[in-house]
Amino acid sequence: MELSGAQTLVDCLKREGVEYIFGVNGGAAMPIFDALYGDSELELIPMRHEQGASHAADGYARATGKVGVVLATSGPGATNLVTGIATAYMDSIPMVAITGQVMTQFIGSDAFQECDVIGVTRPICKHSYLIKHSEEVADVVAEAFHIASTGKQGPVIIDIAKDAQIHKSLFQYSETVDLRSYKPQVDGDSTQIAKAAALIKEAKCPILYAGGGVVLANASEELRELTYKTQIPITVTLMGLGAFPETHPLAMEMPGMHGSCCANYAFTGADLVVAIGARFDDRVTGDLDKFAPNAKKIHIDIDPSCIGKNVPVDVPIVGDAKNVLRELNKLVDTADIDPWRNQIQEWKQKYPFEWTQKGNKVMPQYVMEQIYDHYSDAIVVADVGQHQMWAAQYFKFTEPRQWLNSGGLGTMGFSLPAAIGAQLGCPDKTVVNINGDGSYIMTIQELVPAITMKLPLKIFIINNMYLGMVRQWQELFFDKRYSAVDYHDNPDFALLAQAFGATGLRVEHPEDVEPALLKAKGIDDGPVVIDFIVAEEENVFPMVPAGKGLGDVIRGLS
Amino acid sequence: MDKEERHIFSVMVENRFGVLARVAGLFSGRGFNIDSLNVAETHDKSVSQITLVTHGDAQIIDQIYQHLNRLIDVIEVTDISTGTHVERELLLLKICTDDAQKRAEILQVAEVFRGRVIDTKPASLVVEITGDQGKLEAAIEIFNTYGILELARTGKIAMPRGNAK
Repeated sequence: MELSGAQTLVDCLKREGVEYIFGVNGGAAMPIFDALYGDSELELIPMRHEQGASHAADGYARATGKVGVVLATSGPGATNLVTGIATAYMDSIPMVAITGQVMTQFIGSDAFQECDVIGVTRPICKHSYLIKHSEEVADVVAEAFHIASTGKQGPVIIDIAKDAQIHKSLFQYSETVDLRSYKPQVDGDSTQIAKAAALIKEAKCPILYAGGGVVLANASEELRELTYKTQIPITVTLMGLGAFPETHPLAMEMPGMHGSCCANYAFTGADLVVAIGARFDDRVTGDLDKFAPNAKKIHIDIDPSCIGKNVPVDVPIVGDAKNVLRELNKLVDTADIDPWRNQIQEWKQKYPFEWTQKGNKVMPQYVMEQIYDHYSDAIVVADVGQHQMWAAQYFKFTEPRQWLNSGGLGTMGFSLPAAIGAQLGCPDKTVVNINGDGSYIMTIQELVPAITMKLPLKIFIINNMYLGMVRQWQELFFDKRYSAVDYHDNPDFALLAQAFGATGLRVEHPEDVEPALLKAKGIDDGPVVIDFIVAEEENVFPMVPAGKGLGDVIRGLS
Repeated sequence: MDKEERHIFSVMVENRFGVLARVAGLFSGRGFNIDSLNVAETHDKSVSQITLVTHGDAQIIDQIYQHLNRLIDVIEVTDISTGTHVERELLLLKICTDDAQKRAEILQVAEVFRGRVIDTKPASLVVEITGDQGKLEAAIEIFNTYGILELARTGKIAMPRGNAK
């Protein structure tokens, strides 16, 4: 059967199980949008900006574990995807980004809306394809989905020249993909796993350090088994939150710059760190010279280039976290480390995340506690900044894929569109979007599709009228010179939400927080935006200042 | 920091457009330098071989190796310099021969370097020399005293000795 390149693309996407494709239409992608028109199996979700479309595809992928798909036109459409692609790349999110390209004969001629998207995105994607002939479409789509969703996952770009979308060719779909140059190692080396088990047995002060890789590998169950079996205290990174229930006594909460004192002291005192799908990121380790100085390190990671990149490792294990943990769990037993466990409990009791009420202000941490009380089962999509850290600290995540945020790239504007993707992917879940006043306005236009689709998103803005995290750094390290962080000139977000057509509420007093959250719970025919006007100059603590060791954590300002 | 060492990587890649840019981009994006680079098709037309010379401490070299391997179009990476191997470069020199006396001398020097004259004109000739880096640099130094008009050099290609790969 002869099909156009665009129709072939759409048929292949369906065979890959794609339910939604997020996009913004434009000249060089029109044949693809046309092929999608009225399709009942593959729903096109028109977004208002390509960046929003890319984050929506990303949020869908994070919430479901399936590949997110975004579609944009050439030139500016494609360059607007760049932030979203880089965001997905940094957090290893499986995504396929499809861009229209100008006609083959115009490529390289500075044609209208032409941009070398393959060149622009080369360092921020796992792989990319330029399709110049419709015959290539089926194979490329199959390869792209295979590459995006296996090994260390990540975004793959398919750039299709407009004539390749239009021309017809014989439709042939390859059920299997076999690339001689791409064979990710998923099973860990058994000798290495045995070595790891031996180190775990010997250790007196071991800790488990799990990251986003556990979530990506769907290895949360295996991680729990390892923890329950060994009874070794565990810290889960910002990207991994939910992989292990934070409500469990062995959970030390997240480590790092704004992590718990307990987790940070545990790194400093540990004689063994077992890293699982975590990458010793600078926001976790602080000063590398002072990081876990007495500890041997076991590092389990799907990506060999990640092992030994920041920290020398004693036992490297390349493999999928699920497979490796399954094998490791067979070899381990309850660790005989009572004094260490007691020490951890003591730190945990002594240094919980804490805050103090200031005047009659709405305290952001109080809002987080209230959100947790009323939405503990929700999928929480946070943006980037202070509110993100408070959410990570005060919400006790218990399930993987319950917490979505841009941890690696730290992309402001990520959360609202990502929440749209998450809600579409998980229609039976409540999706809470915790946003900041700075980040919300970066992609506020995506409120439109959320309203059109009647998505019952709970959008909670922690509004301190500042670019809060930067202001905090200015207060602490730049002599309170508040350069370009004053957001008092932002519009009234409740009124603005109403103007868009959503429910908009404004909360200025502590006693109004809970009633507003309860009211939001009852609204299920569209998004509700609550603008929480919080204490303006509240800081996130604890804090390990950049370049300091984890032991130098500041618990607050005296 | 560890000692910096020179390494020769043989990188077998899919013979497609854009692959070299991916390999080169990996270096430029991390601030690693490529000392020399050679790309050519192999006996299997679907495979190209990139021979790449770089330098760095053990950690950097390991990162380069791992990241090359991570590229989807890379089939195989071998660090040739870790074992015994042979390496060669090809050098073409166009040398000024406007005086006859000098011309004879130049031919003699070329002989010393086992060079071959592959083109000759009244006022210049082109010499082809192969060898390792040291030999080629010595040749360039000597010929420069006669006046090098043009120079072209391939960059290194290398191969492990014997059966071992």
